[in-house]
Amino acid sequence: MSRASTGRQASCLSGQTGFQPVVSGGQPSRLSGKTGFQPVVSSNRIPFNIASAIAKATCIIPRLFPVLALLLLLAGMESALGIERFPPPDFSGHAVPQVVVPNPQPRTTDWLDVTVLAAGLAAASWLSLKQRSRRGMVILSLGSLAYFGFWRRGCVCAIGSIQNVALGIADPTYAVPLAVISLFTLPLVVALVWGRGFCAGVCPHGAIQDLVLVKPIKVPGWLDECLRVLPWIHLALAVLLAATGTLFLICKFDPFVGIFRLAGPRIILASGVALLVLSMFVGRPYCRYLCPYGALLGVAARFAKWRPTVTPNTCTQCRLCENTCPFGALNPPMPAKQGQERVASGRQRIVMLAVMVPLAALLFGWVGGKVGLAALPLHPDGKLASLVLLQERGGLIGTPPDELTAFRQHAADRLTVFSRATTLEARFLTLGRWIGLFFGLVLALKLARIFFPAGSLDYETDSGRCVSCTRCFSACPYELLRRGVPVTIPQEGGYRGNS
Amino acid sequence: MSDEPSNASGESRGTAGDGERRRPAGSVWHPAEHASIDEAPEPRAAPPAAQFSRQSLSRRELLKSGARGVSLLGFGAAAGFLSGRENKADMRWQIDPNQCIQCGRCATECVLEVSAVKCVHSFGMCGYCKLCTGYFEPEPINLDEGAENQLCPTGAIKREYIEDPYYEYSINRELCVGCGKCVKGCNMFGNGSLYLQVCHDRCINCNICSIATACPAQAFHRVPVAKPYLLRGKGAPGK
Repeated sequence: MSRASTGRQASCLSGQTGFQPVVSGGQPSRLSGKTGFQPVVSSNRIPFNIASAIAKATCIIPRLFPVLALLLLLAGMESALGIERFPPPDFSGHAVPQVVVPNPQPRTTDWLDVTVLAAGLAAASWLSLKQRSRRGMVILSLGSLAYFGFWRRGCVCAIGSIQNVALGIADPTYAVPLAVISLFTLPLVVALVWGRGFCAGVCPHGAIQDLVLVKPIKVPGWLDECLRVLPWIHLALAVLLAATGTLFLICKFDPFVGIFRLAGPRIILASGVALLVLSMFVGRPYCRYLCPYGALLGVAARFAKWRPTVTPNTCTQCRLCENTCPFGALNPPMPAKQGQERVASGRQRIVMLAVMVPLAALLFGWVGGKVGLAALPLHPDGKLASLVLLQERGGLIGTPPDELTAFRQHAADRLTVFSRATTLEARFLTLGRWIGLFFGLVLALKLARIFFPAGSLDYETDSGRCVSCTRCFSACPYELLRRGVPVTIPQEGGYRGNS
Repeated sequence: MSDEPSNASGESRGTAGDGERRRPAGSVWHPAEHASIDEAPEPRAAPPAAQFSRQSLSRRELLKSGARGVSLLGFGAAAGFLSGRENKADMRWQIDPNQCIQCGRCATECVLEVSAVKCVHSFGMCGYCKLCTGYFEPEPINLDEGAENQLCPTGAIKREYIEDPYYEYSINRELCVGCGKCVKGCNMFGNGSLYLQVCHDRCINCNICSIATACPAQAFHRVPVAKPYLLRGKGAPGK
């Protein structure tokens, strides 16, 4: 991305008063050339008036150099040895105690976490596909809630691990712990093969909602589809803020972690309780309408090799299972179009995708850039730069915020602050655009799936949305037969024979 | 699918068809009792020829397995890339006392009810002043242990006479809430031997420290677990 476009987009910071840089004598400074900035005395708006600041600084620094050096030396000594305004006394009969600090708790739990996770995933897959046991799944989810939720206090979790991975990829100095890497990858890999057993049996967030579900109401289809966009927005924002090292959004607004810890900000605790009350009537609201990891798992599970099926062998379309899914993840049979109609529908879909995908990607890429720039002040460096700028322009009234106190107290260099903010701004913009592009792509594909749904032959679980809770199984007469319950099969072979 | 609201509950199995009455609790479910099953209207037209479906399904299967392979490769590459980092040390959160400005957020922003941040005293740096600016209020009435003279809101600093004119100050970690009032006083006028540290017996090592995100001085850093404190002074262990 070119510097000019950064300057233009940077108007949120530099354009507040329409500041125009003045370069003394028209002589480009050595430093400004290094940053790639072309000092043009024109109406171009330059972020953080770097040029003039550098020009000023370069002529002041030589004169102040001895003083600065002394100050730096003093500051260095201060930080190394403390200030020592009052020399510590030499006692004759008193021993000066040592500093006592408690040791960190040993972290053997890391490998325990990975082992429990792997075992839980295997058990969830086995229970949902092979054993087909609701009771087993409930017991497993209770165990996971106890271990990952209340024992490990919900941190670190697979949902939050998205951010560690994003930060780890963006920032080479940040090392992602191995436990976190496996928390991120294992459930996704399992979802690619056996579906979302993680959501049903291992995730404490899922378990706590699932266990309180008493009377599920059906969310209208249109509302459901609209709300299912939210996890993607959550994911996009979380990745943007994590990869820039701003904050971990998912952790900050995690509604259940406060309940697991039995502590936390009041607003988070309250929203956790509110969400739990909601989950009594709406199946897994966080999983369906907020969880960014659930969105990723949903995509992975669409490609799953095996997935839970309502019937163990045959579907007679008796419709007994029709209303058993509290999560809207059970698709009724929808005969695929045939012949000419099918070809036409296929063509329409291709045309729609060909138009929608680039359009949505471009539109949301643009929106993403805007959002990225708007998010800059959330980053500590971005916030500091804008505050320093605001104060220099006299825009601050009253006591200065703590950020500025720290800035003055440490005698930090305003040029460093501004140049850091400028690089950060470019990063937010680029990353925001890419993430927006990806979001647009997801949205286009989502729309395509709504308008051109893949046909299903029988009552089938929606592979992306089904969380493998196994509730629907016991509605199927064939399943009851398999379990040895004496039932007669309604409409045996009446609608369709063996599939 | 019918548009009426679902009456399904967790383990319900007998909710078939439209206008179906609920079975009485405790009764054994038997499909033969459910007359409406047979009367249920044909939901949809007959399904298409099986041969077409199989064709379309196999193509879908092929695409799926392709995507599965690509995704597996992607996850593997990401995991390999991230775990291939040289720096694999277990990290903890810690405050750099030289960056701390004692804003007081350590006491309020921690996810724990009582913050994991507490005051640490490097005795070796302490001047053992009689008038300790970390202990006494500005302009105290008397230089004694009266609560009205103390800066600490919880009375967590113990003042002990050693020899004239020296007093020793020690922190009661049980009482300290990490507000940093004493730290401010000590750093402003004294030797800076009082400072805040994340105490790792209490810290639950959150994925991201919520104080760190609120810290206006960016004083929080991830430090290796082998050296989890950033202690001041000559007497500090590990220095």
